[in-house]
Order: sequence, then C-alpha cells, then structure tokens
Amino acid sequence: MPNSEESNSSPGIFEEYAVLSVRDLSRICAVDERHIVELVHEGVLNVVDADGTEWRFTGEALRRARLALRLERDLEINLAGVALALELMEEIEQLRRRVRHGL
Amino acid sequence: MEYKDYYKVMGVARDATEAQIKQAYRKLARKYHPDVSKEKDAEARFKEVGEAYEVLRTPEKRAAYDQLGANYAAGQEFRPPPDWGAGFETGGAGPGRSSHSDFFDALFGAAARERSRDTEDHHAKVMLDLEASLKGGSRTFSLRVPQIDDGHLTLKERVLNVKVPKGILAGQTIRLAGQGARFSAEGAAGDLYIEVDFQPHPLYKADGRDLYLELPVTPWEAALGASVKAPTPGGTVDLKIPPGSHAGAKLRLKGRGIPASPPGDLYVVLQIALPPADDDRARAAYQAMAAAMPFNPRTQLGV
Repeated sequence: MPNSEESNSSPGIFEEYAVLSVRDLSRICAVDERHIVELVHEGVLNVVDADGTEWRFTGEALRRARLALRLERDLEINLAGVALALELMEEIEQLRRRVRHGL
Repeated sequence: MEYKDYYKVMGVARDATEAQIKQAYRKLARKYHPDVSKEKDAEARFKEVGEAYEVLRTPEKRAAYDQLGANYAAGQEFRPPPDWGAGFETGGAGPGRSSHSDFFDALFGAAARERSRDTEDHHAKVMLDLEASLKGGSRTFSLRVPQIDDGHLTLKERVLNVKVPKGILAGQTIRLAGQGARFSAEGAAGDLYIEVDFQPHPLYKADGRDLYLELPVTPWEAALGASVKAPTPGGTVDLKIPPGSHAGAKLRLKGRGIPASPPGDLYVVLQIALPPADDDRARAAYQAMAAAMPFNPRTQLGV
C-alpha cells in the first residue's frame, strides 16, 4: 500500500521569482558547482544580469541544466555534444510549432 | 513475476561482447531517451533498456543473470531459486521499491542500483489540465518521490494537493518548499520541483502563453464578413470576421490567452466549413453560385 499524505501549499511559479546562483543550481541538480560553470562556458546556460559580481540564472536555466545533465548521463555524451543536441532540439521544437500553427 | 530476457531487450546475442552490448545500448538509449524520442512508450522502453544494460554491462551481474540459464522465455513466470543471491551483492529491499522491474529487484535487490538512473530526486513532472492554468485552483497529484530509508533509496507514493498558480505555462516549474526528499542525515527536507505540461484541451492549443483556437465559419461569413460568436477562456465573445477572409487566416485577440504576466494572446484560426449539398435546394444554391461566379481555384497549378 502506498503511503499517502496530504499537503497544502501555496506555491508560486518558480520561474517568475527565481534568481538562481551557481550554488542553487548545483544543489537543485545535485552536481558539482564546477559542472554548472562548465555548462555556462559551453553556452548551454545563459547568465542574466552579468553586471553583478555573482552569476544569476532564471528558472529556464534550471530546466536546461537538468535536461543537459540527463543527456550527458544517459547517453554518455560530452558537453559539446550536449550543447549541440540542445540547439538541435530547440530548432526541431520551433519547426514543429511552425508546422502546427501554419506560421 | 515475469522473466525478463535482457539479451532480447538489447537485441544482442547471449554471447555478445561488452563492446557489442555497449554499442547496442547507445543506439537504443538515443532512440528511446524520453527527452529526445517521440516514440510511443519511449519512457518505459528507455527504462527497460537501462535495466538490461545495467545487468549486462556489469560482469558480476551478467554472470549471475546467465546462471539462470536460457531455460526461461521472456514473460514466463519466474521464481528466483532459494539460494539465489549467495556471493552476489544484493540488497534486502522488497519489490516495488525502485524504478526497476520486480524481476530485477528480486535478483539484485532494490538497493543494488549502482547509480541512480533517475535522479528525479526532488523533481517531478505532471500533466495538468489547461483550465488549472486559466482559472487557477487546486489539483491533486500522485507522485512517486524517492527517499532514503535505513540507507536505502526507495520510492514512496505521495498524494499532494497543489494550488496551481493561475497563468502557469507548460515547461514552468512549481516549487513546493520543504516537500522534497530528505537525502542526508544532516539536511532538512529539500524542495520539490514540479514541472508542468498540459494535457490536450478540446478547444485550445497552448503555445507558450498564447492559445490557438480553430473556428469554423461558413463561406459567406468568410467572403462577406460577419460577426460570429467565438469561445474564449474568459467567456464567449462576438468576433468580427473581415470580408474576404480565407481559410487559415489568424485573428488575434490580444490578452485573451493564458493569464500569465504578461498575458498571452488568443489566435483564432479560421476554417471554412462547407454546408452539405444533400437536398435539392442546397444543390440549386451551389449551381446558382457556379453560374453567377465562374471561378477556377487551380490557375496557379497551370490547369
């Protein structure tokens, strides 16, 4: 029998207020901070507000980081390959959208 | 429980080399990876392939698996031998406590996972009805959340009642503070991140914050212009169809999409619906139209 429990929370949409640091991403994705930095250097993650002293990311970066880490781990591809895969996946998504809406 | 033929799952021979197994895995993993694949059941297939690879790539596990012999066929009722597990590192966890099949758990123990294939630690994905985003409201989800019990990673079924923020978009994440797994002895419970996607809606297709609605109109409404009723998430509106509209034309209703900030737009895509010519009067009307305005829609095709 599954254990069930109720929980009532009043959550927000993460993306709207999330301003994430390298440390946050590393904790949430359960990887080294170095790995997050590598993703930035490879162009997989965008830094917002680069004028501050610390890098900041949006919730979109969290989604991309998790996707990148899954591809890296499951398909055993290196960072450059992951970056390329993400770019191509985005292009496919755009094309799908165009087909769907006849744009 | 059913016997699983891991060699068959991977599409390799029983005497396949490590290199052949690895090659087969790479191919199948790319084909069925849930982030990449559009195949039906991609996720289930990916898990199956991952499980097979985990066994066949590890010499000890493969040897243990091979020891069962080729006497079993896939799907056949399987009962592990009583002395099973002697000499192999197997955990003591019961069935159904990992994302592996019962068969795998019976052989190797749920705790014998070498690396957590799904670090869905404190992340989950849910399919949401579009109405939840349009109007906001509470939804109940049943999630399998991993947690550490006596040093074993187990999956626990949790029912969560989540207040869905109005205006949430597909791909966005809801954070439930303190609802995640407790992963280390010193740590407090983590947060639970729920990524949202939409179930198909009978009327609207969501694209980011915008919605698309296909609206059928008659040929005369499209040709002459008209005011017709159209559904929107906020209720029925009167929509002006401009004269000379053609099929596929898009009318934009600003701010009538998903109530995010800023709100999305609603695009009404016109479809021309032909009235059936199934009685004499209708046929006469079509004939009169043909006589009154000879029209060749195929001139561009050179015929």
